[in-house]
Amino acid sequence: MDFFMQLLVGGLSTGFVYGLSAMGFVMIFKSSSVLNFAHGELIAIGAYFFLIFVTWAKLPLVLAFLFTLFACFLLGILIERIFLRPLIGENLIFVIMLTVGLAAMFRGLILLFWGGNLYTYPDFLPKALGVDRGIVHIPPVYMATLIIGIFFLIVFGIFFKFFSQGIYMRSVADNQRAALSLGVNVRRVFALSWAIAALVAGMSGVVLGVINGINVHNLSAIGLKVFPVVILGGLDSIIGAIIGGLIIGVLETFTGGYLSTSLRDVVPYIILVIILLVKPYGLFGLTEIERV
Amino acid sequence: MKAFRGQPSIYKQSDSKRKPADLEIRRLSLSFGGVKALSDIDLTVKSGDFFAIIGPNGAGKTSLMNCITGFYHSDSGSIIFNGKEITHLHPHELVRTGIGRTFQNIELFPGMTVISNLFLARHTHYHYGFLPACFFLKSVRQEEIAHRRVLEEIIDFLEIQSVRNKPVGSLPYGLMKRIELGRALALEPALLLLDEPFAGMNLEEKEDMVRFLLELNRQWGQTIILVEHDMAVVMSIARKIAVLNFGVKITEGSPSEVVKNPEVIKAYLGDDSVL
Repeated sequence: MDFFMQLLVGGLSTGFVYGLSAMGFVMIFKSSSVLNFAHGELIAIGAYFFLIFVTWAKLPLVLAFLFTLFACFLLGILIERIFLRPLIGENLIFVIMLTVGLAAMFRGLILLFWGGNLYTYPDFLPKALGVDRGIVHIPPVYMATLIIGIFFLIVFGIFFKFFSQGIYMRSVADNQRAALSLGVNVRRVFALSWAIAALVAGMSGVVLGVINGINVHNLSAIGLKVFPVVILGGLDSIIGAIIGGLIIGVLETFTGGYLSTSLRDVVPYIILVIILLVKPYGLFGLTEIERV
Repeated sequence: MKAFRGQPSIYKQSDSKRKPADLEIRRLSLSFGGVKALSDIDLTVKSGDFFAIIGPNGAGKTSLMNCITGFYHSDSGSIIFNGKEITHLHPHELVRTGIGRTFQNIELFPGMTVISNLFLARHTHYHYGFLPACFFLKSVRQEEIAHRRVLEEIIDFLEIQSVRNKPVGSLPYGLMKRIELGRALALEPALLLLDEPFAGMNLEEKEDMVRFLLELNRQWGQTIILVEHDMAVVMSIARKIAVLNFGVKITEGSPSEVVKNPEVIKAYLGDDSVL
């Protein structure tokens, strides 16, 4: 039972991180139907930004975290402005190939500056954050992950429900032409969705860095894991991304704990294949009915 | 159903000073690769006009409309609206200058209710700031109520009270067209562009739509540009008609002048020499 709880807590909190990073991915897909293959690299960049601010600039923790989020936000806007905007109106496959190119470029840049070594953040989480009652042991890292994850979920929920920019983003995702004819600035919505996606990716990068250490290859591999998560949840559903993330995270840790650790990384992709066969629109995805 | 049929308040000031909507198009050309969609189009629409653009399939009617609303950008020529050059503005900026439109294929948010579809069109008219909104102050509440009142008047005018809270995707086609018109009206446009508002409608729905458009134009002075296939409808409601064929304007004038024009008959019925 102890082991079970430990796995469950670990699974849920890594699942939260998966879900959050998948949320960024879904946001870009929803607003501009671009599949972002550079998502893993955005995650890695977030982790390295935090590393710069914490170990080199030696900023206080909260400040460093805020700076990281801000830097990622700016990076997202820059990516959209420099690379994506000239391709508006082009065939979608070019845009998707561009993100593959971006992924290679970012990974190369990170390797150039930091090499492929494993870095770790200094241990900064207070011990008091952990929970230790009866059979429930939650280490501080996982507790922090849960808190950050839930906090951001609430923030984004409010943003999409009540803020005009959030409503514009939903309208563009729903029907771009209609939104355009009602005076919604669609370019700004694209820029904003890249910025928010980069911010969320960067945040999950920091969290993953705290849990597993920082390494380009490990972190950008998470970007690939986003695919099973969003396929499971439905490509265009933000709630689906979170729930898909939780399911994949829990299944991963349980397979790692009870079956074998080498199977652990394969399980998401097995689920991916099964979901595509059984329920191709995912759990919460919009079923498209073609009328001929 | 017919509860209130008064004048919506967005048209209240129209008696004293009508919303100016003078559109002037000068030598407008647009081509897609080698295909000339529009060549050297000249058009003038005055405030209060009911102007129809007709022509056979592929004549460039919708392209012209997309140029006016900023969805396409022309290769040459200029579009001037109320003395302001708008040729290179983006769609979202054009909405602010007072141009609203509907689409040939309905572009609504199908998962949302009718009222939320209409509400999005009001967003350019919201003025309250972030902080008052946080506390939902009295001024904010009053503004929300005022916007809701405008929408309710539009709903009454278009007789869609009973579907107010239904998701748009579940409604019949003719009703969706009406809701799209309502959404364009909620923008309070000075110039309203309608792209085939009668397409795919049955006779009764067409009659309703004609009634709405006539009331908008004749009673309240709404300037309308209409792109339409249905000749019978256009001839009976438009005051001025321009005929396009293969991207060229053949003629322009009142309905009775246009039907007599031999060029128009040729474009619609084919050339005598071929027969």
